[in-house]
Amino acid sequence: MIIDTTEVQTINSFSTSGFFKEVYGLIWIIPILTLILEITIGVLVIVWLEREISAAIQQRIGPEYAGPLGILQAIADGTKLLLKEDLLPSRGDIRLFSVGPSIAVISVLLSYLVIPFGYRLVLADLGIGVFLWIAISSIAPIGLLMSGYGSNNKYSFSGGLRAAAQSISYEIPLTLCVLSISLLDIVEAQSKYGFWGWNLWRQPIGFLVFLISSLAECERLPFDLPEAEEELVAGYQTEYSGIKYALFYLASYLNLLVSSLFVTVLYLGGWNFSIPYIPIPELFRINQMAGIFGMTIDIFITLAKAYLFLFISITTRWTLPRMRIDQLLNLGWKFLLPISLGNLLLTTSSQLVSL
Amino acid sequence: MTVPVTRKDLMIVNMGPHHPSMHGVLRLILTLDGEDVIDCEPILGYLHRGMEKNSGKPNNSTISTYVTRWDYLATMFTEAITVNAPEKLENVQVPQRASYIRVIMLELSRIASHLLWLGPFMADIGAQTPFFYIFRERELIYNLFEAATGMRMMHNYFRIGGVAADLPYGWIEKCFDFCDYFLTGVVEYQKLITRNPIFLERVEGVGIIGGEEAVNWGLSGPMLRASGIQWDLRKVDNYECYNEFDWEIQWQKEGDSLARYLVRIGEMKESIKMIQQALEGIPGGPYENLEVRRFDRAKNSEWNDFAYRFISKKPSPNFELSKQELYARVEAPKGELGIYLIGDNSVFPWRWKIRPPGFINLQILPELVKRMKLADIMTILGSIDIIMGEVDR
Repeated sequence: MIIDTTEVQTINSFSTSGFFKEVYGLIWIIPILTLILEITIGVLVIVWLEREISAAIQQRIGPEYAGPLGILQAIADGTKLLLKEDLLPSRGDIRLFSVGPSIAVISVLLSYLVIPFGYRLVLADLGIGVFLWIAISSIAPIGLLMSGYGSNNKYSFSGGLRAAAQSISYEIPLTLCVLSISLLDIVEAQSKYGFWGWNLWRQPIGFLVFLISSLAECERLPFDLPEAEEELVAGYQTEYSGIKYALFYLASYLNLLVSSLFVTVLYLGGWNFSIPYIPIPELFRINQMAGIFGMTIDIFITLAKAYLFLFISITTRWTLPRMRIDQLLNLGWKFLLPISLGNLLLTTSSQLVSL
Repeated sequence: MTVPVTRKDLMIVNMGPHHPSMHGVLRLILTLDGEDVIDCEPILGYLHRGMEKNSGKPNNSTISTYVTRWDYLATMFTEAITVNAPEKLENVQVPQRASYIRVIMLELSRIASHLLWLGPFMADIGAQTPFFYIFRERELIYNLFEAATGMRMMHNYFRIGGVAADLPYGWIEKCFDFCDYFLTGVVEYQKLITRNPIFLERVEGVGIIGGEEAVNWGLSGPMLRASGIQWDLRKVDNYECYNEFDWEIQWQKEGDSLARYLVRIGEMKESIKMIQQALEGIPGGPYENLEVRRFDRAKNSEWNDFAYRFISKKPSPNFELSKQELYARVEAPKGELGIYLIGDNSVFPWRWKIRPPGFINLQILPELVKRMKLADIMTILGSIDIIMGEVDR
């Protein structure tokens, strides 16, 4: 029986010409490579942004020697960490120790698959969409526990346990907020009224809960007790040096970037231009048909909104003090969870009423 | 198959003498049960430099370089107590202008010390930005000190009988400008910190000391005043010229870390008030009592003439301490700083005992952390405001 579908025909046509077989295989890599390049540059920009913004808040100047305006500082840091000696604790569990940071980074990188940067600009158009992010980000605590335990150090173990507890307890409010958003049609619906059509206004409580939960997931201040410098030296990252330390650092900023991208897509209107009643979108609509220019604009808008959220999270980090672990867990379980449940209830009831 | 019984042991953690927190070399051996602290044992001595023995050897004129290293953040107080003790022993009068200058310097030093308490306290709680802001204000104080004394931190300014040099021209106006600027700075701290809910949650109800308990443990300074006891040596002893100014004792009732924080912020504001009053009322006159510079003990020797009084800037090497004992104390920003001096009818004192406020205040730390979480240790330690230079001497 011959299954004669268009896909099979195209594949057959490709397989007949042997030269194109390799090219066909390679094409799938190009979007992935583009995304990886974009993410890497994104992390470098975030590191630079963080140092400049924190310097501005603390009334000093940020990096200024590595490259003009200190742009290459992140690359300089990365290179330095690459060239450092890779220490292994003598009586720790070496395999767990080595694998820990990798798991943390991999789980965050996989979440980039489902972020839409523009209309149909998604790396993997899955049915479950945003829930892939939530599911995969639950794997990160395993990496933290492994690194904490494998370090053979009471401080690291403590830090790893705290980090795992924190991650787990803030996943649930996060999931519930995303659930209530997914009842509404995410980016398409936000395009109707420009600025005022943002999900931010339709789900204000959800936005705040999402903001707090994602800051807690990324382990940024005010929730950074796992790596509280004064108490636990560096928590689960204490025994790491060189490239493994760089992986933790990277995972932290990647997590931050993915959280801010999700905030843009879910609440701030995604890739829509969002300034209402300006005839420019008409101009862009013509260009959107043209393809590349429209896509670039979409990506640019998404990134601009993501960096707005990044600015807020960096400013928060350098303004607020740290919460104690029991206060943190109290906030997650006793405060945010009921509120997000209430939010979900509200959204479902309003959907029922509008139907 | 039987499941092995898990033993529940307590975890003993060493917060070693080296740690990124900014308290100096204090070692704490903590016994933890998960997140709760069961016991805490501080181990001191990592900064012991033999200050008291060193002061037994050199005489009074050369000791001034040592004393500023006890409490290196409030240096004027250590100098003040070093000259106050022999002054009281030998009944040396201090001219009025010198007294006013001393009060201004002491209050500026108190503000500087409280500022540098605030920075690490907030950094331990997690907000790292106030640390930079306090240095901005402290730099202004350093500038004032440098203009008057020549050194930013380890001034060698106080002399037996007065101060080393008079204030330079224009210093008083600069000081007035600083006072005006600093009041806006304190308001900024109030807005940023005092009403921050996360800060309040971390600090309120943490490390409560009752009034009775504070007196029993021998605490002093803001720790005592935060527990409801209005005891300030500047009012009790009336040393220097504090009784000529109009100021109140800052005190709170609760006795937790928030109360200590509020007492210190209030003290900074009161100090500014005092400095402004002193600057307005500073009299003219000599700035040191030159009698200390006499070379010969006999009163009418020719070596004590006017011509020989300006040879050196220090009290003469023949300044002898008579065979008496005396306890002199000042209200340092950390507490009651005292010197118990036993003279020996010679140039070197027989015993020069330093009563450091940090050492006595630190004793209560194991009591306070017993029922707290691990993160509270830093809050409590920060609110006690110790400095290892004077704890270990």
